[in-house]
Amino acid sequence: MLYPAEPMPVDAAPPRRAATGRSAVCRAAGLTLAALARLLSGASVRWIASQPDTCQRVYFANHTSHLDALLIWSSLPQPVRELTRPVAAKDYWSRGVLRRWLAEEVFDALLIDRTDIKVHQSPVDLMLREIGSTRSLIVFPEGSRSVTGDLGEFKSGLYYLAKKRPDIELVPVHIDNLNRILPRGEFLPVPLLSCISFGPPMWLEHGEAKVDFLARARKAVQALKE
Amino acid sequence: MNDIRTIALIAGVLLLLTVATAVGQFLARHPDRGLDPAAVNAFNLRLRGWWIICTVLAAAFWLGTTTTVVLCGLVSFWALREFITLTPTRKGDHRALFWVFFLFTPLHYVLVAYDRYDLFSVFLPLYGTLFVLARVAMAGDYKRFLERTAKIQAGLVVCVYCLSFAAALLHVPIRGQEPGSGANFRLLFFLILLVQFADCMQYVWSRMAGRRPVAPEVSSTRTWEGLLGSATSTALLAAVLWWAAPPFEPWQAALVGFVVAVMGFAGGMTMSAIKRDRGVKDYGTLVVGHGGVLDRVDSMCFAAPVFYHLTLLVAGQ
Repeated sequence: MLYPAEPMPVDAAPPRRAATGRSAVCRAAGLTLAALARLLSGASVRWIASQPDTCQRVYFANHTSHLDALLIWSSLPQPVRELTRPVAAKDYWSRGVLRRWLAEEVFDALLIDRTDIKVHQSPVDLMLREIGSTRSLIVFPEGSRSVTGDLGEFKSGLYYLAKKRPDIELVPVHIDNLNRILPRGEFLPVPLLSCISFGPPMWLEHGEAKVDFLARARKAVQALKE
Repeated sequence: MNDIRTIALIAGVLLLLTVATAVGQFLARHPDRGLDPAAVNAFNLRLRGWWIICTVLAAAFWLGTTTTVVLCGLVSFWALREFITLTPTRKGDHRALFWVFFLFTPLHYVLVAYDRYDLFSVFLPLYGTLFVLARVAMAGDYKRFLERTAKIQAGLVVCVYCLSFAAALLHVPIRGQEPGSGANFRLLFFLILLVQFADCMQYVWSRMAGRRPVAPEVSSTRTWEGLLGSATSTALLAAVLWWAAPPFEPWQAALVGFVVAVMGFAGGMTMSAIKRDRGVKDYGTLVVGHGGVLDRVDSMCFAAPVFYHLTLLVAGQ
């Protein structure tokens, strides 16, 4: 993915919809699915040198399963969850009525077109515009699900996010064992136990190079694996 | 189940827990007694876990046979989760595991609930085994095939098959008693009590007199002294409580207690070996102060089938 090198001004457009604007049905569906995901994945949640907070954050995690975003979302406390939007691939999540409804109404996901990236409308700008000054994001900097379960290289989006909004806390998240619960290419889950670890927030250092920052971010996720 | 013996048994356990809780609270309030505060804290956490377990058990007993079987099935399900989570599996095992969790385990407990001893005694060891072998083979991944299938089978047998014998006790015919009556519940309670008592005694004896570990590489805290001490103490307790377990004479109860303690020890050793191999200490984090479900039921898994068959043997005389 290529982004324009010069920082672009972030327009202060209000978020598309207020956090509490979802209908009762969608909220109930969200709660049910979150509970189901927690039950099925037996997830234990750990905050390591870190606390849940409603301040504006970008959670970045390793990506191994379709359940990843749902599980991170459901591991957050209710007030934080209301403010947090997962970033998902448009080509997958806008296909079919159910998927589209889940993504747009239930999880209030931010759909990114992976196939059609324009220079003047980069995904990073879209993300920043959509979250405004209150909402948080869940992103998977690897770009797609890992086949082996190992952590892949990070794409540069996270760096540009950090560069354009240096005030946002970047929280590393590690998801353990979920690739065994619902591996790539399977649609029936095996109810093993998983673990989600939230690490201490990090920021882009002044003058830090892109490669160094991405390596540091990747290491932060890996460190949570222990 | 409102007979005098059941009430006596439950009251006894409640009394024991209450006294232990009072002592624990007293020790926590007076840290100047020269006892290790960490040990007191661990003791209190364990007790709290025990209250939760006893409450759930009491509720299940009160709600009846089927509820208890279902509860036991849920425990099996969770134990199997912990077991397989710790066991490395490959993607080729995924479909086999799905059916193991969602078909074989529930179906086995349905057979237990309907008291089909003829079927449930062979269903998992025979058909479960055949299914796992065939399904993993059909997934097309032959790498370390026997090792992988053996892991799944071991999990099924220990966590599901063995543990279900505890629930199956509720259907054992006892002379002069209605099936599924208070006598059966007392039998199950008797087993749980003996297993847990044996666990505690093993810990206490190993702590006080333990010198020679059975296998120091596997567990440094499980000693020959602990095994012998726990087996003897449990035999004594069983003999004292023989009136609670319907088909047994005092000497038979003592023998059963001895065997249960030895089997419980074997179960603990087995799980320690698996945990040691995987480099972990506990299986999960469900009830505060208790490692995981599997850590709590490992001795029960090994003791339940033997207890069941000894009961059948004696009751069938």
